Amino acid sequence: MSAIRTGRKPPRVGDNPLFRGLLIGIVLIVGAILVLAPLILIGFQAFSDGWRVYASTLVHPDTRHAILLTVITALIAVPINTIFGIAAAWAITKFDFPGRRFLLVLIEIPFSISPIVAGVAYLFVYGLQGLFGPVLDTYEIKILFALPGIILASMFVTAPFVARELIPLMQAQGRDLEEAATSLGASGWRTFLTVTLPNIKWALLYGVVLCNARVMGEFGAVSVVSGNIRGQTNTLPLHIELLYHDYQAAGAFASASILAILAVITIIAKVALERQGAGRVPRPALVTQVAVASETKP
Amino acid sequence: MKIRLDRVVKTFNTFRAVKDVSLDIESGELVALLGPSGSGKTTILRMVAGLEYADGGHIYFGEQDATDIPVRDRGVGFVFQHYALFPHMTVAENIAFGMKVSKVKREKAEIASRVEDLLRLVRLEGLGGRFPAQISGGQRQRVALARALAVDPKVLLLDEPFGALDANVRRDLRRWLREIHDELGITTLFVTHDQEEALDLADRVVILNEGQIVQQGTPEQVCRDPKSAFVTRFLGDANRLSAEVRGGIAYAGGASIAAGDLADGAAELYARPGDLSWSQEGPGIAASITRVLDRPGGRRVITITTDGDHLEFDVEPELSVRAGQQGYVSLRRAQVFAV
Amino acid sequence: MKRNVLPGLPLSLGVTLFYVGLIVVLPLAALAFKAASLGPSDYWAIISSPRAVASYRVTVLCALGATVFNLVFGLALAWVLTRYRFPGWRFVDAMVDLPFALPTAVAGISLTALFASNGWFGSVLADFGIKVAYTPLGIMVAMAFTSLPFIVRTVQPVLEDLDPALEEAAQSLGGSDWTIFRKVILPLLTPAILAGLSLSFARSLGEFGAIIFIAGNQPMSTEITALLVFIRLEEYDYQAAAAIASVLLITAFVMLAVTNILQARALRYTVRS
Repeated sequence: MSAIRTGRKPPRVGDNPLFRGLLIGIVLIVGAILVLAPLILIGFQAFSDGWRVYASTLVHPDTRHAILLTVITALIAVPINTIFGIAAAWAITKFDFPGRRFLLVLIEIPFSISPIVAGVAYLFVYGLQGLFGPVLDTYEIKILFALPGIILASMFVTAPFVARELIPLMQAQGRDLEEAATSLGASGWRTFLTVTLPNIKWALLYGVVLCNARVMGEFGAVSVVSGNIRGQTNTLPLHIELLYHDYQAAGAFASASILAILAVITIIAKVALERQGAGRVPRPALVTQVAVASETKP
Repeated sequence: MKIRLDRVVKTFNTFRAVKDVSLDIESGELVALLGPSGSGKTTILRMVAGLEYADGGHIYFGEQDATDIPVRDRGVGFVFQHYALFPHMTVAENIAFGMKVSKVKREKAEIASRVEDLLRLVRLEGLGGRFPAQISGGQRQRVALARALAVDPKVLLLDEPFGALDANVRRDLRRWLREIHDELGITTLFVTHDQEEALDLADRVVILNEGQIVQQGTPEQVCRDPKSAFVTRFLGDANRLSAEVRGGIAYAGGASIAAGDLADGAAELYARPGDLSWSQEGPGIAASITRVLDRPGGRRVITITTDGDHLEFDVEPELSVRAGQQGYVSLRRAQVFAV
Repeated sequence: MKRNVLPGLPLSLGVTLFYVGLIVVLPLAALAFKAASLGPSDYWAIISSPRAVASYRVTVLCALGATVFNLVFGLALAWVLTRYRFPGWRFVDAMVDLPFALPTAVAGISLTALFASNGWFGSVLADFGIKVAYTPLGIMVAMAFTSLPFIVRTVQPVLEDLDPALEEAAQSLGGSDWTIFRKVILPLLTPAILAGLSLSFARSLGEFGAIIFIAGNQPMSTEITALLVFIRLEEYDYQAAAAIASVLLITAFVMLAVTNILQARALRYTVRS
C-alpha cells in the first residue's frame, strides 16, 4: 500500500512556485512603496516636531473649526444622499419605465467627472456670474463661499455612492418578496421597512460608509466653492492645504493624521461589512449593463 | 488504451470520497460509473483525467504509471458536465484549440480541415462560426465532444454527459455517442447518476456507493443478479416487502419464493413492478387497491397489503380494477436479501 | 403599458429626478451654457491657447502612464489576491482600498514628502539622478496612487467567478500555463479590464487634490488641466475657466461612450442570435 498523501491538488495556471513567489514578492514591494508608505509617513511627519506641536495643532481654533465644519457637512450631505440612493434604487429596480437606463447613466456621471469641473459648474449656478447668482444676491442668500455651497458640492461628488451599492443588489434580489408582501396586504412603507430593508441593510451601510469617507475628504470641488476663508469655510482637507503652504508641515500632517485615521476606520468598517456580504454582488463593469441585463429579463 | 486503477484513495479534508477503488477498463471498452451523488464517481473520473491527484494507490494507462502525470500531458479527452466551452471562441475555434496549443505544430490548413471533419462527425456542419451562446444545449454537448476528440485522446472521459439536457435530446445523443464510440473504438469512461443511461449505453456498468464499488458487470449481469438491496433499488423501481426465510424459502404475506442459500431469519424482498400481478382469487399476498393510474403505456395500480407495505405494479389495460377492490398480489420473481 | 404591482413609484422616482436634476444636471447644464455663450472663435482661442494645450499634453500623457502602470500592477495584484493565499493577504486585500479611503489632499502631501529630494524614496532616487517630486513623474505617481484600486476591483470579482472548468478544459487539451492565460483567461477578463482602464484613466484625467502638491505646477510643463481651470478662476477669468472645464467635461463623456462601445464589442460573444 502506497503512502497516503492527502491534499495534493494538480497545479492550476500560475501555480509554479517560482512564478508564484516572484509575483507575490513584486506585488508586496510595489504595494508597500505606493500604498503603505504614504500612510506610515503621515504618522511620522505628524510627530516630527514632537507631540506638543501635534497636540497644539489639533486644539488650535482653526483646526477645531475645520473639523466641526467637516462633520456638519457630512451630517447633512450623507443622510440626504442616502435617501436619494434608496429612492433611486427603489424606482430603478422595482419598476419598468422608459428612460431607466438613461437615469442610471445620469446617476453615475459624477463618478467620472473631475471634482474641479463640479466646483466650477456650481459656480455658474449659484455664483454672481451664474444662473441664480443675481437673484440670490438681491435677497442676500449666501450659497457659495459658505456652508450650503460646500454641502451641495459634496453631494454632487458623492451622488452615486449609495445608489450604486443598492441597485445591483436589489436588481439581483428581484421583486418577488415585495410583490408577495404587497399581495398579503402590506403597505408600501411597511413592505420597504420589513421586507426590503433587512435584505439590503449591509449594502446600504456599506454605501453610507464610503459616501461619508468621500464627503469628509473631498478637496477639489469644495476648494472651488468654499472660498477658503480660514476659520470660516475651511474644511479639514482645505485646512491641510493651507497649513502646508504656510510651511507648517508638521501641522498639516497632524491634521492629515485625523483624516488618515478616518480612512483606516473606513477600511476596517468596509472589511467588516464585506464579511456580512455587502459589496459582494458582482457589479456589472458598467452601470448601463444593469439596465441591459434587466431589460432582457422576461 | 487499457486503464487500471489500483487501490485508489481520495480524501477531501476529512471526507473519504474514494476508498480503495480498484478497477480495470479494457481497451476500447465503454464503461459507465453509476452511483448517487456523493458516491465518488466524479472524483474517480477526475483522477483518471489528472484533474485530481489520488492520495493513495496508482492509476495505470497501459503499462505506464500515470498517477502523477499532469492533465495536460496525460492525453485524455474530457467532456465537462456543463461543457466548459470557451465562451469567447467560436465553435470552430473551440474545436481547434487543442491542436493549436499542442507541442506538435500543425499547418493552419491541416487544422481547418480536421475541424471540418470533426464538425461533420458531430453533425454540426456550417455551425463553426457560431459562438457557444448562440447554439442549443445539445449542440454544445456535441461541440464539447468534438473538442475533446480533436486531440486524438487515448481515453475519452465524460462527466454526466447528458445531465443538462432535455429527455428527448438525451435519448438521441445517447444513441449517437454509442455510434461514435463504435466507429472510433476509443476507450471511454463516463459518469452518470441515471441508471437507464448507464444500462442503455455502456458495455459494462460499475456501480458505486459511498466511495466504493458495490458491483460491476454487463448491464445484463447487474440487472439479472443484483448483489445487494442498494443495487436493486438503485437500478430501478422496486417494491420492498418484509419477509422471513425458513429453510431456503422466503415467505411474505401469503407468497413464497426461493431464497437461495440465505440463512433463516428476517429478510427483505424486492420485486420489480413487472414481476407482480393481480388476481381476485388467491394464492398471493392479500391487498387492496388504493389508486389506479392510467398511462399511455398501460395501467398501474398501487396497493396496500394487510401488513401495510405499499406495492406498485402494472396490469393489463383491459383488466377491470378500481380503487377499494380487494384481491391478491402474486410474485413471479424477486430478489431476497438478509436484513 | 403594464400596471405596476408595487407602490411608491411616484415618490421614489420624484425624489430621484428632483435630486439628479438639482444636484447633477443643473450645474453641468449651467457650465455647458456658460461655455457655449462664449462664441466659437473665443472658445477655440481659449481652449487652444499654448498653455491650455500644454496642460492637456501633460495631463493625458501622465494619465496614460499611470493607467498603463495600473494595468500591469492592478492585474498582478488582482491575480495574487484571488489565486494565492499567503500570510497577510487579507491585509493586502484591505489596503487596496486605501487610495479610495484616503482623502486626496492627504495623499498629496504624503506622496510629496516621500518623493521630495529629502524624502524617504526621493533621496534614494536622487542618488540615481531621478527626480520625481515637482516633475511629470510625480504627477504620474499621484495619478497611479489615486486610481490604483479601479483595475484591481473590477478584475478581481471576474477572476474569482471564472469557471475553473474552463481552465481545466484548456489544460486537458494540452495548453501551457502561458497559453491558457493568454488565450482563455485574459480574453474573459477583457471587458472588466476595459472598464477598469477607463475608470482609472478618467479618474487620472480629473484628479486634482493629490496632484497639485507633488506637481510643481509650472505652466507649460507640470501644470495639469484641472489646475489651469482653478487658476483661471482665481484670476476671475470665468469664461476661460468655463471653456477649459468644458473640455474636461466633454472628455469625460467621450470616455464613457468609448468604454461602452469597447465593452459591447468585447462582450459580443455573449449575445444570443
